[in-house]
Amino acid sequence: MAELMELHNMWKSFGAVNALQSVNLTIPHGKITALLGPSGSGKTTLLRILAGLDTPTRGELFYGNTQIAANEQSVLRQKATLVFQKSVFFHTTVYNNVAFGLQLKDEFSKEEISNKVGEALALVRLEGVEKRQAKKLSGGEQQRVSLARALVLDRELLLLDEPTVNLDPKNVSIIEESIQRVNQERNITIVLATHNMFQAETISERVALLIDGTIKQIGTNQDVFGKSNKFLQSFARLENVFSGTAKPTKEGASIIEVNQHLKIEAAFNKHGKVSVHVRPEDILLSAESLKSSARNVFKGTIVGITDLGAIAKITVDAGKKFSIQITKKSLTEMKLNVGSEIFLTFKASAVRLI
Amino acid sequence: MTANIVDGVIKAFQLIFSLDPEVYRITGLSLYVSGLAVVLATLWSIPIATVLGLKTFRGRKFIRGSFSAFIGIPTVVLGLIFYLIFSRSGPLGFFGLLYTPLLISIGQAVLITPILISFITSAIEAIDMDLRDLARTLGSTEIQASLSILREASGGVILAILAGFNRAFAELGVAMMVGGNMYNRTRVLTTAIALETGKAEIAQSIALGVILVGIVYVLNITISYLRKR
Repeated sequence: MAELMELHNMWKSFGAVNALQSVNLTIPHGKITALLGPSGSGKTTLLRILAGLDTPTRGELFYGNTQIAANEQSVLRQKATLVFQKSVFFHTTVYNNVAFGLQLKDEFSKEEISNKVGEALALVRLEGVEKRQAKKLSGGEQQRVSLARALVLDRELLLLDEPTVNLDPKNVSIIEESIQRVNQERNITIVLATHNMFQAETISERVALLIDGTIKQIGTNQDVFGKSNKFLQSFARLENVFSGTAKPTKEGASIIEVNQHLKIEAAFNKHGKVSVHVRPEDILLSAESLKSSARNVFKGTIVGITDLGAIAKITVDAGKKFSIQITKKSLTEMKLNVGSEIFLTFKASAVRLI
Repeated sequence: MTANIVDGVIKAFQLIFSLDPEVYRITGLSLYVSGLAVVLATLWSIPIATVLGLKTFRGRKFIRGSFSAFIGIPTVVLGLIFYLIFSRSGPLGFFGLLYTPLLISIGQAVLITPILISFITSAIEAIDMDLRDLARTLGSTEIQASLSILREASGGVILAILAGFNRAFAELGVAMMVGGNMYNRTRVLTTAIALETGKAEIAQSIALGVILVGIVYVLNITISYLRKR
């Protein structure tokens, strides 16, 4: 079976507002599909329909070869499970939270449940927290427990709603790694809603671009990210997107002249007008100029600091404005303030063409 | 009067510790009648409150508001209504329930139903509704998901039941009107206090009052201690 799920002409309206408009989507079996789109584009609404939590206003939904009628949503809830963007927990221990779904049926013995819970927590690298109150864990740990609680069910389809939003890089990488592992080792089909195009690019094999409730583009990563795409640019433009003129170097790289103060070296060979992007998490901040293999080192001044929970977003003016993500701890330890002088370092390979 | 009060308190402890059969019978009947009232009211209040707390439908606000408004219904008025319904010539007179402990229980159950429904509904409404979707996406049926929410709201549910018991145990109007304060049959603590005071047996009244307040106090303290654990 190639397609696990198919949606035909799916609409979801809340009063006069159409959250989804004529969505046609196929979800291939055993693959990771990213639903990429900015906030408010309808990603959560679509995931909730796929999860059987909400019914579409109209449209057809097929699971395998079976059409799921509006009153048969519970069928989907036995096949798929959704991890919410905001972690929610029952007022009890991590163990009871993770075991919740397994305890609903008399399918497993206590010992089996205990083993499965242990395995799921190990997968998200949270061994030994079983007895702790779930609500008392840190934000990143809570999201990992939420993921473990879904993984323990071993459902065919795992739906993830922005699972790494507002998390620090360590938690992000653990979650991304777990997602990829279960996909590869257990052949679980995954639909990942994200507004982070690079997460979509690195994790998924297929991308559906959802903007204003409509699928604007769908295809493999190469299809969607390979070409210049005005929809993609419209929300990639948010951070660290620079346009300039690229000149190839003898070594096969390129120097992109963004303006007279800012020249970025990129590990691709291009000539002429280009737009590039650097992920905020790929940029290193340091008090002094670093001697390293990274080709791009710029001196700048901090012009803004935004608190994002466990992480902080630093805006640095280095000829152009750069956004950099660092942990709160680093922010405190480096004693960074608006007006501080700082060095930015990133590799030529971190510069991506869009 | 001061001497009376002191006498009363002393007599109260004498009655309690001398295992006075009359006092124990009255206290036991009070506990039984109000306990049964709480069981009955809980049986129908939890499902109603769960529907009110979890579902949205036309008229929900009106029903919710009506239950809140009836929290303060005067016990004497409710007692009168029950009396009229269950008296021999009343529409349900043929049951022969007037002046029985069972009718006091039913009357008290109706009395505390608005308290239970309002408090339990509020407790359910205070729970994050994402939890219901969480339970559903983890494989719960609609009923299992509702039970999960109810379990999350259990602290509030216990408080509601306790408040209901307090009101039933301490009320006089219903017990007097439909129970009739009959010796050895329907005499409960509150009606006994009213009777003894009427007979100017102040010490006896105070003794029964101390027992009434003592039971409420011990029960509330115990449950609040158990909840903390």
